[in-house]
Amino acid sequence: MPEAPALLTVRGLHGWYGESHVLHGVDLDVREGETVTLLGRNGAGKTSTLRAIMGLMRRRQGEIRLRGEDLTAMPLYKTARAGLGYVPEERGIFASLTVAENLTLPPKVAEGGMSLDEIYALFPNIYERRTSQGTKLSGGEQQMLAIARVLRTGARILLLDEPTEGLAPVIVQRIGEVLRTLKARGLTILLVEQNFRFARTVADRFYVMEHGRMIDGFGVAELDGRMAMLHEALGV
Amino acid sequence: MTMIFGVALPALLGQLLLGLINGSFYAMLSLGLAVIFGLLRVINFAHGAQYMLGAFAAFLLLERTGIGYWAALLVAPLIVGVVAVVIERTMLRRLYGLDPLYGLLLTFGIALVLEGLFREWYGTSGKPYAAPPELVGATNLGFMVLPIYRGWVVAASLVVCIATWLLIEKTRLGTYLRAATENAALVESFGVNVPMLLTLTYGLGAALAALAGVLAAPIQQVSPLMGSNLIIVVFAVVVVGGMGSIMGAIVTGYTLGIFEGLTKVFYPEASNIVIFVIMALVLLVRPAGLFGRGA
Repeated sequence: MPEAPALLTVRGLHGWYGESHVLHGVDLDVREGETVTLLGRNGAGKTSTLRAIMGLMRRRQGEIRLRGEDLTAMPLYKTARAGLGYVPEERGIFASLTVAENLTLPPKVAEGGMSLDEIYALFPNIYERRTSQGTKLSGGEQQMLAIARVLRTGARILLLDEPTEGLAPVIVQRIGEVLRTLKARGLTILLVEQNFRFARTVADRFYVMEHGRMIDGFGVAELDGRMAMLHEALGV
Repeated sequence: MTMIFGVALPALLGQLLLGLINGSFYAMLSLGLAVIFGLLRVINFAHGAQYMLGAFAAFLLLERTGIGYWAALLVAPLIVGVVAVVIERTMLRRLYGLDPLYGLLLTFGIALVLEGLFREWYGTSGKPYAAPPELVGATNLGFMVLPIYRGWVVAASLVVCIATWLLIEKTRLGTYLRAATENAALVESFGVNVPMLLTLTYGLGAALAALAGVLAAPIQQVSPLMGSNLIIVVFAVVVVGGMGSIMGAIVTGYTLGIFEGLTKVFYPEASNIVIFVIMALVLLVRPAGLFGRGA
């Protein structure tokens, strides 16, 4: 199969939290329609990579290109407008907003996002609780809301940070179904996940991170052959 | 004559009205402070000076250009709002993310400079500013005589407070503002121009203070120190209401104004300190304020 051109390209990305140098030359490619998963231990730099791509980590060096356009010089609010949708690890549901207000908070950045009806059909729980305060939802519902929130905007690449963290197996399964639905709709997904048993059900390719850089990258077909290495690298 | 707790009814109602008028200013001023603190995390010590600027803008508009009270209600807040936008863009902006003390010091310095300049130019004695002819006089309500201008101030401040509350609770801009108050970086990462939102918020807060200043001009003398006399009480109101709480600022503003008025009737000696006593008690029991969410 001929490879699609990379939609998102990261080259030699360094990043800092204050004085602390946490990303040491990250390289990665995400192609149109792909689901790519970043694996790695706690502190390997997965979340930092997403935050640096998004522009939430402001002190960064290197190259981040979306369809060839350089994102590193952009102010934070323009990154989303370039077509990135971010679902943070802590979910970031706003307590002073209702569920519906949380859902419609991010402005549309492009045509082709899902309509509210489609979103409510995909997440019936959110529809039922739309007038509740955002943070009154259960952890699983908050995660669904955090994902639903960026589907309306027309973002073509979703950056998902550990969407299954701390959730019951049945909710994890539900999130897997949602991600496969989004994938079928042609969305491109960059996923950070510790749980590679979950990730293998949705991902096309994997990167393994350690000490702020990539130490390996492979397709889903090669996953079984790498189990020993993954157990070693992820400490599971 | 009707007596309530040994006090003549007209005297009681008169002080109640006076309290309500003071409360109207407390509410309008603490509302702006609360909005600014909520989003920018800046304790805006220039708020009193911006209130004073509003009154002076009205005075100068009339004196120099003949623009009267009604137009000044719009133009003066606009002028002060623009000045505030320039302050935010050129100075305040550099202090975000630092200790809130820096913002406090900067705005305190700005207040001192502005007050100093106006004292130099106009002296401390205060300038008279007449109420518009439509609002001169008094009307007899049967149980008390109501000066029309004072009734207007209470009504206007209620409209301003309700309109601001609606703007924050019921509009798209208000949703951005509430969300950014919780987590500005995340809201910006969704594509909302948060730096612009910060600028607008500071400008709006200052414009509210200026509007209060125009409303106050016919009641008080227009004086360079009118803001600094008031702002300390307003800070106490914001602390009682809960830093950053919009509803808290409005409700506490009116309530404490009325409390102060009633204290003047029943125990006049305490009327200057009653708000601070209430502040101390509230801080002991609910450090985050009556409407605050807690730190």
